[in-house]
This record gives sequence, structure tokens and C-alpha cells, in this order.
Amino acid sequence: MSGGHHHPHENLPSGSEDSYYAHRIRAMEELLIEKDVFTSEEVRRQISYTESRSPENGARMVARAWVDPKYKSLLLSDTKAAALEIGVDASGPVEFITVENTPEVHNIIVCTLCSCYPRAILGRPPDWYKSADYRSRTVREPRAVMREFGYEPPEGVSVAVHDSSADMRYMVLPLRPSGTSGMSEAELATLVTRDSLVGVSVPLSPARAG
Amino acid sequence: MTPRYAPGDAVRVRGKDKYGHVRTPDYIKGKSGTVAALFGEYRNPEELAYGGDGFPKRPLYKVSFSQAELWNDYEGSASDALYIDIYEHWLQDEGEDA
Repeated sequence: MSGGHHHPHENLPSGSEDSYYAHRIRAMEELLIEKDVFTSEEVRRQISYTESRSPENGARMVARAWVDPKYKSLLLSDTKAAALEIGVDASGPVEFITVENTPEVHNIIVCTLCSCYPRAILGRPPDWYKSADYRSRTVREPRAVMREFGYEPPEGVSVAVHDSSADMRYMVLPLRPSGTSGMSEAELATLVTRDSLVGVSVPLSPARAG
Repeated sequence: MTPRYAPGDAVRVRGKDKYGHVRTPDYIKGKSGTVAALFGEYRNPEELAYGGDGFPKRPLYKVSFSQAELWNDYEGSASDALYIDIYEHWLQDEGEDA
């Protein structure tokens, strides 16, 4: 290295965190930019795209589905179109599917192979979603996993696990909690947690949201 | 490709070992299930992962399995189910020799 060498990674969009993996990511990023696979501007744009997505999008979609039956059928038949209706452009190569909880079936989402998640709508998955523990146990003992999140399906309710192993990304439409009949769409959205969109739990009840 | 299966068909996931990138996790290989839905045709991820174009596209199915049949000592109801998305080349007719 010559004396005039500037450390280019200091200007990389992926940040300056000082961990082993952060260093490795920056080294790869630097190489890929050098080889013209992508530009740092493209990386910056992708990061800001991902950071503009959050579970609040899913919460708004669920709350609207609870109050508007037409929107609910759109959400269940064409999740991308339903996202666009609330202003979230989720266009891209992957498909989105919303699975509906009913009084008979509770749904829970996992990706055993990696960490497939509806990122274009909900943003980055939580760390536990990517853990080997969650990925291996959710297919095998979903009820034990849900208990650890503080949820136990009522007696007689079946559990359906969805392992997103291919081109589909899954999100749960939870049941509307009881005692919410007087609430507005915006108030309802505050009850919908990220955990309930993954299905490890259910939405808050109005008293707990307080 | 004309899809070989339709919803309701009994299928078995192939048990083959294939080196490299596959989208069929080990725990489901060799297991019997039922086609729940046909999603359409998608580029083959096993080709895409190595710089190929992924053609010909492969039919992709949602396949359902009984949890009680998948796992020994499964804790839960007999109607608990597992759904997983499987490309057609990983499926065979139930009863067909592996």
C-alpha cells in the first residue's frame, strides 16, 4: 500500500461496525464494487429501501383488512396489490402470500433453509427469526416455540407451519382481538405486532396496548 | 412444462442426495404429503445459484404434511399441518419406487 492510500471501506455504505462479519462484508463489498458487479450507490439505495420497510406496513394492512372486507379479499388473493394500496411498492421477483388465521387454524411462518421473510413489506427480519434455534424448532415443535413467545393457541385450534423454501414469502393475517369493535383502523393497527405477523404470537388485546 | 400434479394428489418428496444448493430441506426428504396448491412455474434455483439462467422453469407446489406423521412424539393436535413449497423435480407419485 502506498502512503497516499485511503481506506476506501471507510466510505462504504455498509457502515463502520467493528465486528468480524462487518469486516468480512465490507471486504466483499469493496471487491464487488471494484469488479463493477454493483456500485456503492446501488448498495446505498438498497439499504435505504430496506430501512424504509417496517412491520408497521403489515400492521396497517392487517388493520385495514379487519375493517374492510374488500381489502381483506385483496390481501388474501394478491398481497402485492394490497401493499401497493397502502403505498408500499413490493414489486420484485418474489411473491407474497398472506395466510389467514381462523377460529380453527393458527398459522406460523419459518424459513428453515435461511431467513426468507417478506422484507419488501416488513423490512429486515428480527434476529431470532434467523437463528438456527428458531429455524429448526419451529417445524418440529411450533407449539413449544409459541409458548416461549407467551402464546398458546386455544383448545381445539390446529397449528399450520409454513416453511418458505422457494419463491414465496409469507405473512400472517391474525384474528381481530375481541373488545375492539369501537376502534378505528389506526387504533387497530397499534395492536398488530411484528410477532403476530410472523405468527409466533397474536395481536395485543386493547387493554394491554394501553 | 405441463404440471404433473394437481391439488389433492398424493406425493412423496424425493429422498435423493444432491450436492450443492437445493431448496428441499433434509427433514422433508422421503416424506409423504398432499399437493395443496400449484403456484405456477419458476426458474430453477439449483441452476440460478451457479450462474445459470434457471430455465426450463419448474412447476412449484405447496405441499401439506401431517405433523404427527413427520415427527416422532409430536406435541400437538392430529390436525396440525406443515406446508412447504417444493419444485416438481423433487416430487414423485406416492407409491412410485424411489
